[in-house]
Amino acid sequence: MGRILTWAYMALIYGFIFLPVGVLVLFSFQDSRLPVPPFTGPSLRWYAQVLGDRDLMAALGNSLLVALISSAVALLLGFLAAHALARYRLPGSVLIRGLLIAPMTVSYLIIALGLMTVFNQIGLRPSLLATGIGHVVINLPLCFAILYAAMGDQQKNAERAARDLGASEARVLWHISAPMLMAPMAAAFFLSVTFSWDEFIIAFLLTRFDVTLPVEIWSMLRSGLSPKTNAIGSLVFLVSISVLILLELTIFRKPRQ
Amino acid sequence: MASIEKTERDRAAGFVAPALIWVLAFFVLPFAVMIGMSFARLEGRSIVHGFFPDNYLRFFSEPSLFKGLTVSLEITLIVTVISVLLAYPLAWIIAMRVPVRYQRLALMLAVLPFWTSYVVRSYAWLLVLGQNGVINKALMGLGVIAEPLAIASTRTATVIGFVHFFVMLLTLTIYANLIQLSPNYARAAADLGASAFATFRHIILPLTLPGVVTGAFLTFVLCIGDYITPQILGGNSELTLPQLIMLQLGRRGDFPMASAMSIILMAVVTLAYLACARWLKLDRV
Repeated sequence: MGRILTWAYMALIYGFIFLPVGVLVLFSFQDSRLPVPPFTGPSLRWYAQVLGDRDLMAALGNSLLVALISSAVALLLGFLAAHALARYRLPGSVLIRGLLIAPMTVSYLIIALGLMTVFNQIGLRPSLLATGIGHVVINLPLCFAILYAAMGDQQKNAERAARDLGASEARVLWHISAPMLMAPMAAAFFLSVTFSWDEFIIAFLLTRFDVTLPVEIWSMLRSGLSPKTNAIGSLVFLVSISVLILLELTIFRKPRQ
Repeated sequence: MASIEKTERDRAAGFVAPALIWVLAFFVLPFAVMIGMSFARLEGRSIVHGFFPDNYLRFFSEPSLFKGLTVSLEITLIVTVISVLLAYPLAWIIAMRVPVRYQRLALMLAVLPFWTSYVVRSYAWLLVLGQNGVINKALMGLGVIAEPLAIASTRTATVIGFVHFFVMLLTLTIYANLIQLSPNYARAAADLGASAFATFRHIILPLTLPGVVTGAFLTFVLCIGDYITPQILGGNSELTLPQLIMLQLGRRGDFPMASAMSIILMAVVTLAYLACARWLKLDRV
């Protein structure tokens, strides 16, 4: 009895979790103009439309650009800061740590609004650059926290050995610290890319002519339901899952015991 | 010796400086500017700076604005409670009943829809819940209902969309908590004659409470600040605080009012943090 209940509950919740995704993907293959039952497919016409849509493809490129560059900046800044705070005694280090983590606790809407106000005053127009700056703000705490937590004594000893052998600080960072932190660095970078790629409200308020993918999809929603939106949504999902599986099989693979 | 320490310190300061400057320039400064802005006043289309409490007074005296706060709080509380109640059993089943080597797979499946875009996920719920959506078509096909149910553009739709997202999030955090528990606690309780329920009630639940509270707090923060889900699924039937903030920006460019409302939103989150600070272990998520 308990067993049946257990599996029934699991099936129910998994059904709930997969329902919208299943519907999304299924009706991306719809042949008619509305992504609602009855299913009239399968057809690939909406995928063809997506791939032929200049604005959508431009937005996709913009998103990729903003995500990769802002994540790289966040990772670099986070890595240097984590290195400094984990290895050296600095005055006010508790305060600095608090400041670096702080943006994590504030809603994106508020971060976006603040940046919008400041950028308005200094005359920085809404653009991909403005959005990228905002994305570094939200991803820096994440990169810093992950790398700070990952810096252990093992690296410390290796770094000291390299220094004793006469390596400069830059070489220690590049040849010892960074390679030893490969997995957490990859995790931080990948998470940052994901967050930036999917971020809506900052990009919505801080872009105007060149927009990112979530903003472009948002404007597609204004013209109502369309299998085309299903198609782009499914494509993004497919790409994310593929990247995830690839990472799971390579970098994050647990060593066999 | 002292000079070595000094150059070391300078070097460390150099490492931390870029990140610190970024946060000060693009987070602390904007926030300070926003606080200042919240005390400014909009006259016609121009912003008059000063120290006016007008925006805050207006927010608390104008029902159409203040209602945004109560709507947001109600939705957030409902979502948090339902999500915890749904996610806990799932996390428990995965941690305790699913064979160890399938647990990672079960977990990855449970959070798979995370990897669709957030905007698209809300849109997908619209396809499920809409007038001609899957649910209505299915229920009418089965003859359960004659007329389509109006679920989209209601609070129910917003809640369903949110719960979907947060069940996934909470399953992760609660599962992480459950597998850290040593099975010996439950065994000891059973040896002492506790029933399965008593063991859960007096051993497992209290031990996992910090994880639950942490997850619930995250849910609260993310839910109350979200604009997308209520905008797509709730429509304009009742507006949440973030929707009202966006409305201030869009309609008349009322930055002072939008800033004041954002500060109020932050104050609510801070209060929630203080309320559960005792159990929170944010560094352990």
